[in-house]
Amino acid sequence: MTTAATTATAGSTTAPAADADRAPRAGLLNPAFLAVELRRLLRNRRTIIFTLVMPPVFFLIFGTADAYTAQSVGHANVTAWIMTSMALYGAMLATTGGGASVSVERAQGWTRQLRLTPLRPATYVATKVVVAMVLGLASALVVTVVGLVSGASGDAGRVALSVALAWAGSVVFAAFGLFMGYLLPAENVMQILGPVLALLAFAGGLFVPLGDGLFADIAQVSPTYGLAEIVRAPLTGDGVPVWAVVNVLAWAAVFVSGAAWRFRRDTARV
Amino acid sequence: MDATAPLAPPDAARAPAAGPLAIDLRGLRKSFGPVRAVDGIDLAVRPGEVVAFLGPNGAGKTTTIDLLLGLARPDAGTVRVHGLDPDRAIAEGRVAAVLQTGGLLKDLTVRETVRVTASFFRATRSTAEVLRRAGIEDIADRPVGKCSGGQQQRLRFALALLPDPDVLVLDEPTTGMDVEGRRAFWDALRADADRGRTILFATHYLDEADAYADRVVLVSHGRVVADGSAAQVKNLAAGRLVSAALPGADDAEVAALRALPGVRAVERRGDRLLVRTTDSDGVARHLLTATAASDVEITARGLEDAFLALTGDGATTTDPTVGTTADRPTETARSLA
Repeated sequence: MTTAATTATAGSTTAPAADADRAPRAGLLNPAFLAVELRRLLRNRRTIIFTLVMPPVFFLIFGTADAYTAQSVGHANVTAWIMTSMALYGAMLATTGGGASVSVERAQGWTRQLRLTPLRPATYVATKVVVAMVLGLASALVVTVVGLVSGASGDAGRVALSVALAWAGSVVFAAFGLFMGYLLPAENVMQILGPVLALLAFAGGLFVPLGDGLFADIAQVSPTYGLAEIVRAPLTGDGVPVWAVVNVLAWAAVFVSGAAWRFRRDTARV
Repeated sequence: MDATAPLAPPDAARAPAAGPLAIDLRGLRKSFGPVRAVDGIDLAVRPGEVVAFLGPNGAGKTTTIDLLLGLARPDAGTVRVHGLDPDRAIAEGRVAAVLQTGGLLKDLTVRETVRVTASFFRATRSTAEVLRRAGIEDIADRPVGKCSGGQQQRLRFALALLPDPDVLVLDEPTTGMDVEGRRAFWDALRADADRGRTILFATHYLDEADAYADRVVLVSHGRVVADGSAAQVKNLAAGRLVSAALPGADDAEVAALRALPGVRAVERRGDRLLVRTTDSDGVARHLLTATAASDVEITARGLEDAFLALTGDGATTTDPTVGTTADRPTETARSLA
């Protein structure tokens, strides 16, 4: 066996030179990639309808009765309380969908095509999360604007904090979406996750108050319940229960480690 | 008789030791469970060579390419691309590939796909240039989902050209294309190869290997069974097959046939004798005048036969130039027709 290939001689024209042009890009995010991903998002009419139209429509259906605008929950009226619930629901839908979009791209073979480029898998995932959070923000803001013109009122700072918490907390669902996107082989993974999210929204009391009973007891360990409590705390002024924080952190840990586990399997060389 | 005998042994291609090899695969092995997909492949490709990796489906071509690109890790053996390991070669854009499994996003346009892929590299050829060289500048603004299979394949080719790679690897690049699409694709690739790039393409179309490669590497059951120029491979197909009914042919009769000028091999199959020869007239005359043979048939051997003989199951056990071929129309045989 010769060793010609492994010991490239200096001065050889075909030996790879250590030129900077060939070095892979540094930095986690790539602006051109991010821009294309955002543009794709805007083109996806189905995603837009589900995340930007459905939550405000739900809000208008559930939250604008005269009784609600008149009734206070502490620092805001019930309409504002329902508005933040719907902002959380919208952000959840958006971030889960954004994360789960990796499933479609895996099914189409795009992630395999990307492995023929210097793109780092971490950049791909980070970009997906950023895009998911952008859509989540848009969804939460649409609900808020619709809410404010439809009778939601209260302490402005507290309402703003509540909406901000709904958006920031939805990052947990971006991790959930990624986990599911890497776990489920389906090309239409959101058709599975849509009903799951609706169930989780009920469990978090986002659509209707939970009241008492078996479902309410089970609901307390759901990933939406703790987050909903945190989101509403500024409006009620009740303070954030410790177990709600534990709930959110525990589910975040589950989703992030689940996504990381599946992601490593997906990008591992077999 | 060894299967590789008509051609140069694989190691001969390694002769000039000057400079690094473009592709250097040594002792590659890869199994999936009990299946040995790659079973000891050695391959040395010099810069500028255009090599066809030819074999039937399941021969181990795609697995070898995955190993070459670092998409899979070998159980044993080493991979070097211009002296680099595959991950580094990909990251530096020194090797690029057009794969069967590489998907494209249907909602992006052709141009957007090229632009976003270019953004992953530090420096690339221009979008306009790769679109032109792949022959798809006229459909740059078309959504990928509305492109034909052939157009999508040329888009993958354009993407592969972006980093101006030293080595271009293509796995069955024209699968599923119509005749027009195949021609357009090969025209684009051929023009690129003329610029001196090293190209390795896998195919199960013998005519593609013959038309576009300087060198043909035949693989079967995860091993290289022949390695030589396209002309050498075509020589395998020279000559004819003479078949005759000769019940109870004895060893002396077989030996007499073997001794005839031009006869390469004789095989007994049931009551029939199969004679591979470059002088079919002489064999027929001998059979009809000096033996009790009847029902003589003479058939020309196509490239397809030679291909199947070398890559089929019989290749390592019996004389590869006769038998186990024409009466076994496989998927591969049809695709070669």
